[in-house]
Amino acid sequence: MTAPLLSVRDLSVAFHQGDRQSLAVDHVSFDIAPGEILALVGESGSGKSVSAASILRLLPYPAASHPSGEILFDGKDLLRLSEPALRAVRGNDITMIFQEPMTSLNPLHTIERQIGEILELHQSMSGDAARPRILDLLRQVGIRDPEKRLRAFPHELSGGQRQRVMIAMALANRPKLLIADEPTTALDVTVQAQILALLAGLKREHGMSMLFITHDLGIVRKFADRVCVMTGGKIVEAGPVETIFADPQHGYTKKLLASEPRGVPPATDAAKPIVMEGQDIRVWFPIKAGFLRRVVDQVKAVDGVDLTLRAGQTLGVVGESGSGKTTLGLALARLISSKGRIGFIGQNIDGYSFKQMRPLRDRLQVVFQDPFGALSPRMSVGDIIAEGLKVHERALSAEERDSRVCWALDEVGLDAATRWRYPHEFSGGQRQRIAIARAMVLKPRFVMLDEPTSALDMTVQAQVVDLLRDLQSRHDLAYLFISHDLKVVRALANDIIVMRSGKVVEQGPAQEVFAAPKQDYTKALLAAAFDIKAMNIGGVSQ
Amino acid sequence: MAAVPEHLAKPPKKPFLTPINRRRLENFKANRRGYWSFWIFMVLFVLSLFAELIANDRPIIASYKGEILFPVVVNYPEEKFGGFLAVTDYRSNFVSDEINAHGWMIWPPIRYSYSTVNSDIPQSAPTPPFWLMDKQQRCKAYPKGADDPNCIIGNMNWLGTDDQARDVAARMIYGFRISVLFGLALTLVSAVIGVTAGAIQGYFGGRTDLLMQRFIEIWSSIPLLYILLIIASLLPPGFFVLLGIMMLFTWVHFVGIVRAEFLRARNFEYVNAARALGVGNWTIMRRHLLPNAMVATLTFLPFILSGSITTLTSLDFLGLGMPPGSPSLGELIAQGKRNLQAPWLGLTAFFTMAIMLSLLIFIGEAVRDAFDPRKTFK
Repeated sequence: MTAPLLSVRDLSVAFHQGDRQSLAVDHVSFDIAPGEILALVGESGSGKSVSAASILRLLPYPAASHPSGEILFDGKDLLRLSEPALRAVRGNDITMIFQEPMTSLNPLHTIERQIGEILELHQSMSGDAARPRILDLLRQVGIRDPEKRLRAFPHELSGGQRQRVMIAMALANRPKLLIADEPTTALDVTVQAQILALLAGLKREHGMSMLFITHDLGIVRKFADRVCVMTGGKIVEAGPVETIFADPQHGYTKKLLASEPRGVPPATDAAKPIVMEGQDIRVWFPIKAGFLRRVVDQVKAVDGVDLTLRAGQTLGVVGESGSGKTTLGLALARLISSKGRIGFIGQNIDGYSFKQMRPLRDRLQVVFQDPFGALSPRMSVGDIIAEGLKVHERALSAEERDSRVCWALDEVGLDAATRWRYPHEFSGGQRQRIAIARAMVLKPRFVMLDEPTSALDMTVQAQVVDLLRDLQSRHDLAYLFISHDLKVVRALANDIIVMRSGKVVEQGPAQEVFAAPKQDYTKALLAAAFDIKAMNIGGVSQ
Repeated sequence: MAAVPEHLAKPPKKPFLTPINRRRLENFKANRRGYWSFWIFMVLFVLSLFAELIANDRPIIASYKGEILFPVVVNYPEEKFGGFLAVTDYRSNFVSDEINAHGWMIWPPIRYSYSTVNSDIPQSAPTPPFWLMDKQQRCKAYPKGADDPNCIIGNMNWLGTDDQARDVAARMIYGFRISVLFGLALTLVSAVIGVTAGAIQGYFGGRTDLLMQRFIEIWSSIPLLYILLIIASLLPPGFFVLLGIMMLFTWVHFVGIVRAEFLRARNFEYVNAARALGVGNWTIMRRHLLPNAMVATLTFLPFILSGSITTLTSLDFLGLGMPPGSPSLGELIAQGKRNLQAPWLGLTAFFTMAIMLSLLIFIGEAVRDAFDPRKTFK
């Protein structure tokens, strides 16, 4: 084996808060050979991002410190390098791309200036001399018409394009090592596939090494040469990708590999009563212009969607971000105004005011995406769950309410004693269970689930999917399941709507759509989601 | 429905402060300057609340012919002591001799109230503090000169007298009290109004917000001073009239931050979740949004408080404030300006204002830092 390019030896990272010290990374060692892609896999909080950030000493010192370890790169220990010497490495020999393309670029600088800055810092290229190189870089990362894009500001680019610009910046000085910290997590599946293909191609051309941090095992399998599995700040297993996936040794790796959402959706049963019905649902946001605020155009967020949802069934709504799937859900739950008939348990609710809706709200519940934002931080879990009861079942005494709360917590598999505690004491998965309990305590008929699993770790995701299916079969619930994650949708939905730019692309029984997609867009979406393959179909967003 | 097990039916005993509030308290204490300022200010304020026991022209307790009297709280007519006036002047020789002959009395440390005129001043008012004169001089006006039994420390003017021969120290104590009380009342009332208005604007947004914002812009561009001038000619100025007029204008200070907080927080998912549960608007505002806005409001309070005090003082200085005769720091400053030969007037007012406002600003800074979640202390 050739000498490793980067060698992390016995690295520890500790964070101090007050007198407390917590070890985020615990004696971790790994090597990256030249031209190799090493993947660091683990759930949130496992220390993978902290390990990567300490390679370039990007942690918030002195709150963070390294009690032990060395990071050898080119014979130098990066942990002990002086700040100016380290700056010569950063952005030059080792570069980094981050998860969030929306915030990683300075919103006030043009693309040209942001890429030019790196060239100027490390190669003293500036102005007109740098422009050909910048254009070249933009072309390499697949930005169309780079000449026109030079003067663009980040807000004029889509998420995928911004991530491409970030990659161009990272490549500008032909680094030996690229650290990619969840570079595709914030992107849509089709864009993710394109970005990964781009990174693989660039790696082949330049022969650079890559440290790839992700929680998505599908990406690791497709993309990486070797993998290190991290949990609780330790690397529990390391080895070539094929070996690890074929024959995992450590219990945690096995659990991680088994955590794909599985199970079968409920059977379609046309005899069940219709719970939710929509005909030609439209949500248009007017664009106003001029002094008199005349309506010049409409943003058609949802444009003519028909759907029928029966008790005990799940309708999956899939699509990329901006396709209008959440807007559709909010319109059905009457949280935003819309046009078109909405039928809910035999009533036409589309003309109902907020007051008129209130008596129906107990049977029409919503679970939101972000379990951290959806629970009021200042209320105890019991109060959060009881809030709906106070509105809809005023006759209940305090004891009755309390026992209903306990029942709901029991339903979602949480200990009733937790109801005195506050949301911040719970993990993401537990919080999502609390949010589900809040909906369940009112005994709803219809639940709109707006990406309930996408903020959760893989293993937790599978548990929540099981819980949702279990609740559905016990209470004959109708779910509107909104997600961009096709794996989860496949495990839950018996009907599916594929949305794009507010319109339905394809609609039908989930099995049929997954097995034999009719539309090109659906095919591209499925290929990107299940095979992480970029399909060059006209109109797939860049 | 499962019955609740016995041990789960009762909530665990809650600590008095939630962890986050305990952290804030720790942060506040960690700011030594602010913490000490807080205690110094509280001691001064609580003392000034009992100003009647510190500086008064009536004894605290007196014993007269075997009867225990409380002249501080009870208005005894002079008849009781053989006089004829409706209100007893305990400082007069006639009454004090009568009481001392038939019992005793305990005086406050300063035997002047804010409106008491010292009739025994050694020279024409304003007179300097007693420690700037020798004993002969300071007792000059008493019948027996330096040997007079009344020429004692309690009858001395510690900080001199003003141009109407009233004791400056007593006026300062009462003036401090009224300033702080006025500031507190104004701050609290305008906080209630401002937070309500900001909450309504931020929560409902849209046209409500637009109309109220324009109204506030027009409203806050009305010059306060001219309004006060006009109203002072229509209404007799007094504590509550001033409070009412100033309140009309100070509440707008709170609207901006509270509105911003509500605008930000009304799209939080837990607010949407509450809306999806069918919870009413007012309940959502009170239960879910107000706690967010309270941090910003609390941070703002000490600065509004010091601002209110300054405004009252400047009005008094201009003669548009409290009615003539009331103890006020602004009036003291005005006197200092008129009587440059008596620097104790201006200096007393200056140091009182400076110390009071500095303490409030130090407290305000410490509160602000304590509520700052990003602030870390060593």
